[in-house]
Amino acid sequence: MENLRDKYEVVIGLEVHAQLKTKSKIFAPDSTEFGQEPNSLTCPITLGMPGVLPVLNKECVNMGILTGLALHCTIPHRCKFDRKQYFYPDLPKGYQISQYDEPICVNGYIDINGKRIGITRAHLEEDAGKLVHAGANGIAGSTYSLVDLNRAGTPLLEIVSEPDMRSPEEARNYMEELRSIVRYVGVCDGNLEEGSMRCDANISIMPKGSKEFGTRAEIKNLNSFAALEKALEFEIDRQIEIVEEGGEVVQETRLWDEGMKETMTMRGKEDAHDYRYFPEPDLMPLEISDEWVEKIRATMPELPRAKRERYMGLGLSEYDANIIVEQMGLALFFDKVLTLGANPKTAVNFIMGEISAYLKEQHCEISDTKLTPENLAELLDLIEKKTISNNIGKQIIFDMLKDGTSATKIVEAKGLSQITDESALKDIAQKVVDNNASQVEAYRGGKNQLFGFFVGQVMKETKGRANPQAVNKILKEILG
Amino acid sequence: MNELLKKSATEQSKALKNKEISAVELTTEALTRTKSLEDKLGAFNSFTEETALNTAKKVDEKIAKGEELPLLAGIPLVLKDNMNLKGSKTTASSKILENFVSPYNATITDKLLTNMVPIIGKANLDEFAMGSSNENSAFKKVHNPWNLNKVPGGSSGGSAASVAACDATLALGSDTGGSIRLPASFCGIVGMKPTYGRVSRYGLIAFASSLDQIGPFSRTVEDAANLLEVISGHDEKDSTSLDIPVEHFAGHLNDDIKGKKVGVIKDLMAEGVTDDVAKAIENAIDTYKKLGCEIVEISLPKLKYSIGIYYILATAECSSNLARFDGVRYGYRTSNPENLMDLYTRTRAEGFGPEVKRRIMLGTYALSSGYYDAYYKKAQQMRALVTQDFVETFKNVDILISPTCPNTAFDLGAKSSDPLAMYLTDIATISANLAGIPAMSIPAGFDKDGMPIGLQILAPQLQESSLFNFAHKFEQEHDFYKTLANI
Repeated sequence: MENLRDKYEVVIGLEVHAQLKTKSKIFAPDSTEFGQEPNSLTCPITLGMPGVLPVLNKECVNMGILTGLALHCTIPHRCKFDRKQYFYPDLPKGYQISQYDEPICVNGYIDINGKRIGITRAHLEEDAGKLVHAGANGIAGSTYSLVDLNRAGTPLLEIVSEPDMRSPEEARNYMEELRSIVRYVGVCDGNLEEGSMRCDANISIMPKGSKEFGTRAEIKNLNSFAALEKALEFEIDRQIEIVEEGGEVVQETRLWDEGMKETMTMRGKEDAHDYRYFPEPDLMPLEISDEWVEKIRATMPELPRAKRERYMGLGLSEYDANIIVEQMGLALFFDKVLTLGANPKTAVNFIMGEISAYLKEQHCEISDTKLTPENLAELLDLIEKKTISNNIGKQIIFDMLKDGTSATKIVEAKGLSQITDESALKDIAQKVVDNNASQVEAYRGGKNQLFGFFVGQVMKETKGRANPQAVNKILKEILG
Repeated sequence: MNELLKKSATEQSKALKNKEISAVELTTEALTRTKSLEDKLGAFNSFTEETALNTAKKVDEKIAKGEELPLLAGIPLVLKDNMNLKGSKTTASSKILENFVSPYNATITDKLLTNMVPIIGKANLDEFAMGSSNENSAFKKVHNPWNLNKVPGGSSGGSAASVAACDATLALGSDTGGSIRLPASFCGIVGMKPTYGRVSRYGLIAFASSLDQIGPFSRTVEDAANLLEVISGHDEKDSTSLDIPVEHFAGHLNDDIKGKKVGVIKDLMAEGVTDDVAKAIENAIDTYKKLGCEIVEISLPKLKYSIGIYYILATAECSSNLARFDGVRYGYRTSNPENLMDLYTRTRAEGFGPEVKRRIMLGTYALSSGYYDAYYKKAQQMRALVTQDFVETFKNVDILISPTCPNTAFDLGAKSSDPLAMYLTDIATISANLAGIPAMSIPAGFDKDGMPIGLQILAPQLQESSLFNFAHKFEQEHDFYKTLANI
C-alpha cells in the first residue's frame, strides 16, 4: 500500500463545529451549562412549543466576528439565518436555524508550517439536543430513547475549510491550529473528547498530477486528533484499494468506528436529506457595521502564531515555543512570569523541565497547582541574584507546586542560601583535600577528571549551597 | 339577555365606571350568553371562566377604590384558540393539540391581562388558521349568527361569530391572508389587520410567519382602535416586531377627510363580484364623495398574482412551522408506533386534517431541491413587486377601498370540496398581507338575503390612525353597525 500511495494525491477538507462559550443559548435565554439534570435547561423556546420565536443572542455574533477575524475572514455587512429542515427527536422544531448562503464569515485562511489552508466560510447555528438510547449499548437493539434538550440551542460556529489539505498529518495540524486559535480568542473550549469541538472530514483521492478531484466520502465521529488522523489513513487505503481494483468510490457519509479502527457506511447519496433550506422568517437579516467589526477587532488577544514568534524572538527554540503555546494555560502563565521581569531563558528551563514533568506526572494543568506566576518569578530572581543556586531552585520548585510556599520562605526555613563567603568555602575545601589523600595524589599524577570528585565532595559538605564558581576557583588554588 | 351586551366597549366602559354594572356581572352575563349560544354557533373551543372572573374581580376592586381603569378593563374578550394563555388549552382547532395545555402566555395575552381585559374563552378557528369558512376545525364547524346555515368566514370564524352574536364585545383574530377581515365581512362587524410587526407574534401559533398578524374584532371602529392600542408595541421576544411607539389610534377618528384621495381598486370590482356587493361599494364611494374625498380609480396590475404568490409562500412557511408537531414532546402521539418513522408518519397522518396536510405537502414541494428557484424564490420576487405596487399607488392616494370579498357568506358545505374556489375567496384580502400594510373590513350594508357586506379599506404601512379615521367617518354616516344579528 505504501508505494501505491505514491501514485495518488489525497484531498482533504474539514468541517469543524466549535461550541461557543456563551452563558446563554443562541436563540433562547436558557443557560448553556454542561452536565445539568436532563431537560432542566429548557424554556418554551428551546422545547419548540407552539407559538414561540427565536431571538438572536448578540454575544454569539461577537464571538463569530472575533473568530472570523482571527481566521483572516471577511465579515460581510449583511448575513442572514435560514432553516435547515429534517425530522429527528433531538431537533425540537423540526428544523435547525443555521446560515445557508449568507454566513457571518467568508474567505479566510490559516497558515500551517508555511502552507496556507483556505477557509471557505464560518456560520452560526444552533446545536441539537442529545438522545440516550436505552435498553441496549447502542442505538441498535435499544428499546426506547430518552431525549435531553439541555444542549439544544447551544451556539455553534461551523468552520468550513477549502479542500486544501493533502495528508492526514496536514489535516491534524490544521485542526490543532484551529483549536488553538478558538481557545486563544476565548470562544471555545476546544475539547474534542467532550464534543465542544467536533470535526467532519471530506476526503478523496486522485491520480498524482490530476486536476480533477475524485469522489469524496464524508467521515463523521472523529472525537480526537488521533481518530482524525487514523480515520483518514484508513480511508486513503480504502479508496486506493477500490480504485486499484477498477472500482469507483461512491459519495457517501461514513462513520469512524474507534473500536474497529475503520470507517463504515452511514448513509449513501440517495439517502442524503433534502434540507429544504429557506430564509428564517422569524429573524431579520443581520446588519454588521464596520464599527461593530472594529470594536471586536480591538479586543483581539495575541494569537498562537504571533505568540510562538514572540517566544522564538526571546530565544526559545521552535520546539519549546510550540510546546508552550500548545498548552494555553502554561503560555499565559509564562507570559505573566515574563511581565514580572523574569529572565525568559531561565523561566523556560523551569517550565519545560521540572514544572512540565510535574504536570505530566500529576496529569494536571498549571492552574491546578499551587504555583503562582509571582512565586516563580521570585524564585527565578533568587537564582538570578545568586542567593540560591540553580540546583537548589530545581529542588524547591516541587514544594512550591505542591503547597504554594514562596521561594524566600523555603530558603529561609531550610537555610538554603548560597555560600559565597570564600574563607568559609576555603576551610571546607581544605578539609575535603585533607581527607582524600589518595585522590589528591592521583589527581596530581594527571587524573584531571577527578576534579569533579572534589567539587562534588564540597557540594555534599555544604548540602549544595556552595557557589559552584567559587568552589572551582578555590579547589584549583588548593590542588595546584 | 342584558341589553348592555349589545353595546360597544366604549359604552360598556362608561357603564362600569358609573357603577351601572360591575365587571363581574358583565363578564358573567357574557359567559352566560356565550354558553347558551354555543350549541347553535360552535364558536368556542373552551371557556376560561376562572381567568375571566379573576380579572373582572380586580377591575371591580379598582373601581371600588376609585382608581383609574386601564383601557378596555372589564370588557369581555375572546381569544382565537391559536394564541397561548398559560394554563389553558390552546388547540389551534387541531386534533394534534387537542389536549395541549399551554405553559406560557403570548405577549398579547400578557398585555390583555395587564389591562385587566377578562378573557372569557378560546374561539374556534380553521385548523391552524388554514381556511376561509371555518369548516376546517377538527372539532366542530362555526355557524354564522346572521344565518346558521351559512359559514362565518375563516379562519377566525369563532372570534367573529362571537362578537357578531354579542356574546363577547371584543375578540382577537389572526390574519395571514384575510383571516380577520373575511369573517368580519361575513359576520357584519369590524375586523382589522395591522401593519406587519405592529403586534407581537410571540405566543401566536405560527401558520406563515412572514404574513401572520394579530388584530382586533369589534362592533365599532373606535373599539377596534382601542383594542389595537392595548395589544400593539415592540416586543423583545419577537425579532420581527417593530420598534416604534404605541399610538393612541382612536385619537384621529374624527379628523376631517375632506380633500383626501380615496383609491378604488378596480381590479377587485370586476369579475366575480356580486351585484349586491358591487352596489354596496358604489354606495361607499358615494359616501366618501359626500365627505369631500376625491375618488381615484386605481389599477394594481400585480394583484392578480397574489393568490399564486400567497399559496407558495404561506404553504412553504407552514410546512416548516408545523414540523414541530411530531408527537415527541407534546400534543397528540399515535399509539404503539413501531419505530421512529412510524411515530412521525402516523402521528401526523392522524393528527392533522386534510386542508393542513394539503398545505404542508404544497409547501414541502415548493421548497424541495430543484423547485426552490422556480417557486419559492420567484414568489418572493413577485411579493416584492406587489409591495412596490402599493408603495407607488399610495404616493397618489391616501387610502384604497375594495370589497372585502366578492360575495357574502355562502352556505355551509358549498365550497368544502373545491379548495381552489375556497382559495379565491381571499382574492381581495391577501395582497395586504404580502405587502405588510394595514387593512380592515367594516360593515357596508346587506345583500338581498340580509347577509352582511364588508368594505375593505387599506392604508400605507403604519398608517393605522388614518385607516381608523376613514373607517370611522364611513361608519358614522350609516346605521349598518347598529344592525345586529338576530340570534
